[in-house]
Amino acid sequence: MNRLTSLFQHKTTDVLNVYFTAGFPQLGDTVPILKALQDAGADLVEIGMPYSDPVADGETIQRSNQQALENGMTVATLFEQLQGIRQQGITVPILLMGYLNPVVQFGVEKFCQQCQAVGVDGLILPDLPLEVYAREYQPLFAQYGLQVVFLVTPQTSAARVRQLDALADGFIYLVAAAGTTGAQTDMNADVDAYLSRTKALGLRNPTLVGFGISDAASFAAASRHTTGAIIGSAFIRLLQSTPASERPAAIQEFVAGIRPMANLA
Amino acid sequence: MTLLAPSPYRVDAGGYYGPFGGAYVPEMLYPNVEELRDNYLRIIDDPEFQREFTQLLTDYVGRPTPLFLAQRLSAEIGTTIYLKREDLCHTGAHKINNALGQILVAKRLGKQRIVAETGAGQHGVATATACALMGLECIIYMGEIDIERQKPNVDRMRMLGAKVVPAKSGSKTLKDATNEAMRHWISNPTDTHYIIGSVVGPHPYPDMVARFQSIISAETISQLLQQTGRATPDFMLACVGGGSNAAGAFYHYLDEPNVRLVAAEAAGQGVTSGHSAATTALGKPGILHGASTILMQTEDGQVTEPYSISAGLDYPGIGPQHAQLFATGRAEFLSITDKQALDAAFQLSRLEGIIPALETAHALACLPLIGAKKDDVVVVCLSGRGDKDLATYTKHLDEYSA
Repeated sequence: MNRLTSLFQHKTTDVLNVYFTAGFPQLGDTVPILKALQDAGADLVEIGMPYSDPVADGETIQRSNQQALENGMTVATLFEQLQGIRQQGITVPILLMGYLNPVVQFGVEKFCQQCQAVGVDGLILPDLPLEVYAREYQPLFAQYGLQVVFLVTPQTSAARVRQLDALADGFIYLVAAAGTTGAQTDMNADVDAYLSRTKALGLRNPTLVGFGISDAASFAAASRHTTGAIIGSAFIRLLQSTPASERPAAIQEFVAGIRPMANLA
Repeated sequence: MTLLAPSPYRVDAGGYYGPFGGAYVPEMLYPNVEELRDNYLRIIDDPEFQREFTQLLTDYVGRPTPLFLAQRLSAEIGTTIYLKREDLCHTGAHKINNALGQILVAKRLGKQRIVAETGAGQHGVATATACALMGLECIIYMGEIDIERQKPNVDRMRMLGAKVVPAKSGSKTLKDATNEAMRHWISNPTDTHYIIGSVVGPHPYPDMVARFQSIISAETISQLLQQTGRATPDFMLACVGGGSNAAGAFYHYLDEPNVRLVAAEAAGQGVTSGHSAATTALGKPGILHGASTILMQTEDGQVTEPYSISAGLDYPGIGPQHAQLFATGRAEFLSITDKQALDAAFQLSRLEGIIPALETAHALACLPLIGAKKDDVVVVCLSGRGDKDLATYTKHLDEYSA
């Protein structure tokens, strides 16, 4: 069974998804960070494939993308790094997230094959249009056992949310507020209303909230009406500010700090 | 504007030009793009819009721009050359045609704020001008490096009341300014309209911008008919960065196979020098700024930073329609080096008393290369004037002193 399916079967609240950029801060950091996140208790992990022109990302993730590219990270290198992780005790569900062009240049089918070969469970390609997905990508994703995640924003119409939900099979990624990643989203009444409105749609997929989730308070607020939340920029900032030797402990502390209640239980 | 007959060179119902085009945007931009897509034709086709737009083009921009028979240049090259004088538009380039068209669309969509990107500053100045005229807030993103090298245009934008924001990400030039403008639009989805300056970006931008620039070829047809008794030239030449003046100059000739369409790309220091912006020569199909097109990129699909002496041509992609014109062979793409462009700029200045923009000089540099015969009629889209490039020209004055 796909690890994402299995996760959401067993866990329906307070799911924590952590994003980090492949090849950042150092080229060889991808797998050690993945391992540290699993050890710290992250429920799933989203590995960002760096891109030169990440239009949906704020400054923090832009900079991590740029650094990763300067470090020499490529799609091919990422697959080399992920080779064998499933045989080495990495069991956490893994999503790859990235912009479409590097995937297209790598070759879409070859990309899907490689994902399956290394044990990737799902994909988030924010600039892949829905109709192009339905026409060209869906059969390939299905063939290679990859689940797909679509983004929804407060501006997305209810009709389109249903359309996205019908095609998604991983989860629905709820963008908390209009903005790029890392925006200082105030978990205010507007956001709460949007999340509760979305909950009322009774979507078939689990929902995870992202953009502006950075600590226990925002995680708890975001998770109130959803399956859980996604942390990206705040984790990238942690990686930036922590020496490599202290990283596993810092990641442990960071993840524990996001869900203090879960930790107590 | 009525819908033209189906053409392989025009946008289809799905927003594509053959395999190129589309709207490859993250969900955060989808409602904005959808709103525009669902409304732009209705708005543009409205007679009241047409009346207001035409009046602005006439009374404010100064249209129609002249079609000028360049006799001394014609004698020098050995063919018959007409210059479509977009450099005489208010603000000094064709960019104002699009900026005014889009601001009228933005007003009808109820937007209060305009955001735009600019490279050399021409589109930024045109947008700031249109915003001043219409009383809308204006934010222009410009690469930090371009701000330094195009200071006069930065000052013009500020004088016009626009806020110029440096794009500090990536390579700090045009593509990054475009990224920043898109990010601004993502963060302000309901009250802001993004005026893209070229025939790039997600559908419907390439088609909408081409329609606003199509006045260039519409006027050329009637002016040529009046001056020569024929509506079609043998050649139509224009420079292509993103390609908006070329899109307008080609627009009404796309389905006239007897008109040879020639697009000049910036080869920079040479196509293979590593310092070039010759997109069709160096690029491959890919996705940039919301469209499937041809773009300069690494094997891994990272967008590479182009180079040209002209800030308006150093864009790593081309509009999706141009990609289709290239792929089908409908247009010929020539790579013009910095040196060839400089030669052509000084040649026009001294033979005709017209200092062209560096971008435009690339189109002029094609003249000796296209094999035009003496009686052939060649139209060059003189997209902009060269005042903004004086600093660059001045550096080379000694090389061109008799």
